[in-house]
Amino acid sequence: MALFRISPPFLAGTNRVTLQMLQVLLAMVPAVIAMVMFFGPAVLINIALALVVALATEALLLKLRQRPIKPFLSDGSAAVTAVLLAVAIPPLSPWWLTVLGVMFAIIFAKHLYGGLGYNPFNPAMVGYVLLLLSFPLEMTTWLPVQSLAEHPLNFEQAFQLIFFGDTATGLSVDTVSGATPLDAMKTQIGQQILPEYIVNQPLFGMLGGIGWEWINVWFLLGGLFLLYRKVISWHVPAAMLGTLLVLSSITALFAPELTGSPLFHLFSGGTMIGAFFIATDPVSGSTTLKGRLVFGAGVGALTYIIRIWGGYPDGVAFAVLLMNMLVPLIDYYTQPKVYGASSK
Amino acid sequence: MTQPLGSFPGGLKLRGHKKRSTQTPIRRTPLAKQLILPLQQHIGAAAVPIVEVGDKVLKGQRIARAEGHVSVCLHAPSSGTVVAIDEQAIPHPSGLSAACITIETDGEDKWAERHPVKGFQDMTPHEIRQIIRDAGIVGLGGAGFPSFIKLNPGIHHTVESLILNGAECEPYITCDDMLMRERADGILDGVEIMLHALNAQEVLLAIEDNKSQAISSMELALAARPHLTQTKIAVIPTRYPTGGEKQIIQVVTGKEVPTNGLPIDIGIVCHNMGTAYAVGRAINHGEPLISRIVTVTGTDVTHAGNFETLFGTPISALLEFAETKRQPDEPFILGGPMMGFNLSGDNLPVTKTANCILVGVEDAAEKAEPLPCIRCGDCASACPASLLPQQLYWHARAKDFDQTRDYNLFDCIECGCCDYVCPSKIPLVSYFRFAKTEIMNQERERKKSDLARERFETRQARMEREQREKEERQRQRKAALAASKAKKEQDAAAETSSAEDKEN
Repeated sequence: MALFRISPPFLAGTNRVTLQMLQVLLAMVPAVIAMVMFFGPAVLINIALALVVALATEALLLKLRQRPIKPFLSDGSAAVTAVLLAVAIPPLSPWWLTVLGVMFAIIFAKHLYGGLGYNPFNPAMVGYVLLLLSFPLEMTTWLPVQSLAEHPLNFEQAFQLIFFGDTATGLSVDTVSGATPLDAMKTQIGQQILPEYIVNQPLFGMLGGIGWEWINVWFLLGGLFLLYRKVISWHVPAAMLGTLLVLSSITALFAPELTGSPLFHLFSGGTMIGAFFIATDPVSGSTTLKGRLVFGAGVGALTYIIRIWGGYPDGVAFAVLLMNMLVPLIDYYTQPKVYGASSK
Repeated sequence: MTQPLGSFPGGLKLRGHKKRSTQTPIRRTPLAKQLILPLQQHIGAAAVPIVEVGDKVLKGQRIARAEGHVSVCLHAPSSGTVVAIDEQAIPHPSGLSAACITIETDGEDKWAERHPVKGFQDMTPHEIRQIIRDAGIVGLGGAGFPSFIKLNPGIHHTVESLILNGAECEPYITCDDMLMRERADGILDGVEIMLHALNAQEVLLAIEDNKSQAISSMELALAARPHLTQTKIAVIPTRYPTGGEKQIIQVVTGKEVPTNGLPIDIGIVCHNMGTAYAVGRAINHGEPLISRIVTVTGTDVTHAGNFETLFGTPISALLEFAETKRQPDEPFILGGPMMGFNLSGDNLPVTKTANCILVGVEDAAEKAEPLPCIRCGDCASACPASLLPQQLYWHARAKDFDQTRDYNLFDCIECGCCDYVCPSKIPLVSYFRFAKTEIMNQERERKKSDLARERFETRQARMEREQREKEERQRQRKAALAASKAKKEQDAAAETSSAEDKEN
């Protein structure tokens, strides 16, 4: 084969950005299927809407910034942002919520900082937090899992609810919504109910709530696939889950009235998607191996702190963004010892 | 046999592609009509010609002498006539030309008188080094550093380990492999001499575990020399870049060469297998370094193999002998696919450092517009020096060279592992080379401007001093003048007064 490069090395590995992004998307498929099974077709509508908006916005911004559209649009990063955001917001969110979140993520969190590779904050989480702060009501109106729902929704109903706010048969978002297990836990502990009684409700399932526990399991398995494919390294997920486990175990031993069990925390809310798909974002995360341990531990600790003492039921998004801010500092202080350098 | 004591971080498992060129024994490249010999085929000062155009020379006759300390001699690879001493194109990435001696061969290949040494044990290390220097021997692994210097540990160091580097970790290259298979005894000849010159406590023959034939052949040769009790074979894992000097030291001994230091600072000396063979030939047979084994291989080579080639032989002749499907002016690689450089013209001579000519590689890097760095850190995980290539890239791109230094740019060995794994296909090594060159240029500029400033300040000081001295002289003159004037007036006054006195 002829030589194309003019300087060494003349060999190249097969690793590509697009390939990594596609594998991330692939790894999310089982969990997305689980979400559709538990929360209905609304999840798919959200993802499709988010994808269309994300790719269109990305293309527009690339054009405005006079960057080549094709290589950047096909790198898959916008699609990953779209899917992460779409599965993080409530399934029956009105269409404008999704559109706003995705556009803000792509325009402000990504391109205004310079596009792929230059964004200091995780774009999907910036979009999510914007929505959470601006529209707390819409963002905490989750669906109960289909098996617990009084009115399981079909595709047409979900479509009507998302785009028109109600259905022809008179269903509205308010009548079909329900709290997430994390939300219920927080509210009821606020009402002085002990966690051991709270988890006996049908909503809580075996570990992290009906549906949620399975979605988390599938995100975990998808994450293990990414580990196996070497798309991500073990450092961030291990540190984040480890910290969460240690902190919740300490609480379970000494102050069980504060919150649910360690397993509840590992398999509820955004724990697994956070550990394997969000905190592992290379662009906004730490690049050194030691730094990734610090970064992951920080995300785990902050998530836990926000869940218990913060104003929101889950804390993954805030935890990731807060740790994003510390990345330059972490990177600077966790440089590996260079060959031949005297050990300090 | 001895076990490796350490390993280095990162590195790559690369497909070897070595079988292609190890199917046939080492062959001899036919004598070319013209041999073009660059005066500088080594690190250091170029050799100085001691022949003139029209001189008849014999094979092995010295035609240029070493200039200064870091330099070696050059010899006629075959008998013939010196037809030119002028600038010729040399194999260099930027297509440079340099001073060369051109010999037209007479086809007789007649040797000059050789002076083999009987019993090198009776010679002093200094005498041995002198012969090795006169024989023009340089490191044949690729860098071309004069070998006699690396056989001189100096009075402040003792040599714990002499490591013979037979890793040959770059894909495709097999010249050391074939040398070990076919001439193990010749290598050990050289090893014994090096051992004597260095007075080393142990010798480790480090060979990657993908060269089983070379290992067994070296074992066999070693078994025939029971007096070499301190010499062991170290079979090391096949991983790129194990053959880097720093890496092989780390793998074999578990020690690290300190930054800005040399292996001898930790009691280690490292030589290439081919160099050891050349040392043996020089001492025991009186033959200077006039040829080397060159691997000619690649997907476009019909009869890939290893060729013992006289220096100065045109690469075109070698390629013709091996037969290639190469189009005229199609680029090829001199050296390995990871650290070699590419040339397009083949009318260039084979030199002392030319270990491999590679025409066509599999899995060649494509020419693609690089994407932005996504900070995945794969480069850092692959770096054998534990650097952070993504940070270096960031600062090199911003031309923030002070920061690249802080991130230890000069510990980069340019092995290309980071380039290889980068998912955005950023030519990282090119950035690092650019930054290194810029820093060295700045350093030179700074030195120059420092010198200029110093000169200016000295001149300024001198002028001030001269001005001061001038003023001082003027002042003194004025004072003297004033004094003499005053005296005159006094005298005059005295005279008048005396005259008045007289009048009175």
